[in-house]
Amino acid sequence: MAAVVEGMEFSYFPGCSLATSAKENNRSLFKVCQKLGVNLVELEDWNCCGSSSTHSINSELAFHFACRNLSLAPAGRPLLVACPSCMLRLRQAQLHLQEDAEARRVYERMWGRPVDSNLTIIHFFELLDNGFGAGSNPDFQASLKGLRFAPYYGCMLTRPPAMRHEKQYHGLMEKILGSFGAEPLVWGHPSRCCGTFLSVAKPAVVTPMVNQIIQGAVDVKADCIITACAMCHLNLEIRCSLKTQLPIFHFSEILSVALGMGIRKSWLKRHLVDPLPLLKAKGFLEKTAAG
Amino acid sequence: MESTDTIRIEASSGPAHRDVISKVVERSGTDIRRCFHCQSCGGGCPVSQAMTYRPNGVIRLLQLGRVQEALQSSDIWFCIGCNTCSMACPQAIDIAAFMDVMRQIALEEGVPPAEPDILAFHREVVGSIHKYGRTHKLEIMMRYKLRQLDMFSDLDLGLKMLAKRKLDLLPSKIADQRVMKRIFEVCGGANHGGGR
Repeated sequence: MAAVVEGMEFSYFPGCSLATSAKENNRSLFKVCQKLGVNLVELEDWNCCGSSSTHSINSELAFHFACRNLSLAPAGRPLLVACPSCMLRLRQAQLHLQEDAEARRVYERMWGRPVDSNLTIIHFFELLDNGFGAGSNPDFQASLKGLRFAPYYGCMLTRPPAMRHEKQYHGLMEKILGSFGAEPLVWGHPSRCCGTFLSVAKPAVVTPMVNQIIQGAVDVKADCIITACAMCHLNLEIRCSLKTQLPIFHFSEILSVALGMGIRKSWLKRHLVDPLPLLKAKGFLEKTAAG
Repeated sequence: MESTDTIRIEASSGPAHRDVISKVVERSGTDIRRCFHCQSCGGGCPVSQAMTYRPNGVIRLLQLGRVQEALQSSDIWFCIGCNTCSMACPQAIDIAAFMDVMRQIALEEGVPPAEPDILAFHREVVGSIHKYGRTHKLEIMMRYKLRQLDMFSDLDLGLKMLAKRKLDLLPSKIADQRVMKRIFEVCGGANHGGGR
């Protein structure tokens, strides 16, 4: 898939996190896409991808959950996914359909239509791959100057063996935000898992995991951590028990600042670790829009 | 496969271990027999400190015919499926898929889960999808805490999340109410794995 193409239209799969607990991620992502001239049409009546829990205890259910979403995607429009975990679930189901004739028969019986072999599923990051950055538009400025950030991908960069050939995003946040003047830091935990669902059932296991990540960012004197995934964002915010906590931003929120649209108050209000002092200190607040 | 006979030191009390290995290989689509126990998986595993055997150790238990110990282990429940191990595995074993299948076999064979809290959480999530087609985090948390008879741990956090509107009071639902029912029926009814 080429870089951003103005006027391009995508079916959009937000997933449960972006639709509820991470609305600020969803809204900033929409804003950024709008600015890039990309039109997102929410997949009508999408359901949960199954999340970690479903495939943990019932692979068949997980397959059907993912397939229903695929069956809803209108032909001729690529499907854009915002959450790395949903992306993995949907892509895995699609690969299974491509490789297994029996799976295709089950799908067809279930959803009353053939598998759309032309359906392209891409992650939001793929839009920005291929040269997007401050240099790609003369109007863009070094709007993130002075921001030292620890890029955090969580398990987005890890894949099951069958998907090792899939698109990778190592260094994407560093490259793009760096082009806008921010300073990406080299640190030890960019792809250390955040603990995901264990955060609820086993907080005592997840807290040290999260503390280690945050401490790693503190050690390299990061101003903030920027996350690729809404689930990671939540865990880093809720399970840190260190005295020093760092503001955690969604990549899409910082992109909004980078593109000169600021960061909305209504997004900031939804952060558990207050990012306002940092934004003020860096002078990013003037660009912060109300609402 | 013949070589495993010569190293088998304890007979399994459950199904014959070779049958179990074949079943696991077939269902997970990954060949755990390729594992030569380099332990790369456990080295990078973010939850290995909570495990007893670590991923390759669970595979080893199967190879030794100690199937029940593997199915009864905490390890299969602590695995969060982050795929860090799979990236490190020089034999390209899909360890996360292997762990999925181990949990599912444990459930099907009625092996008491070593980590009932984690299973309870999974059931709440799947139950929420059954009911709404999407996950309703507030209800999942409340029901999970009720089930655990533990309303007070994380209460502060829950209130903070509510205040920050991180937890919606009302669920985000799908319009097609029948479709989840149909999926669960096809998958053997609401009690198969996850329903309530």
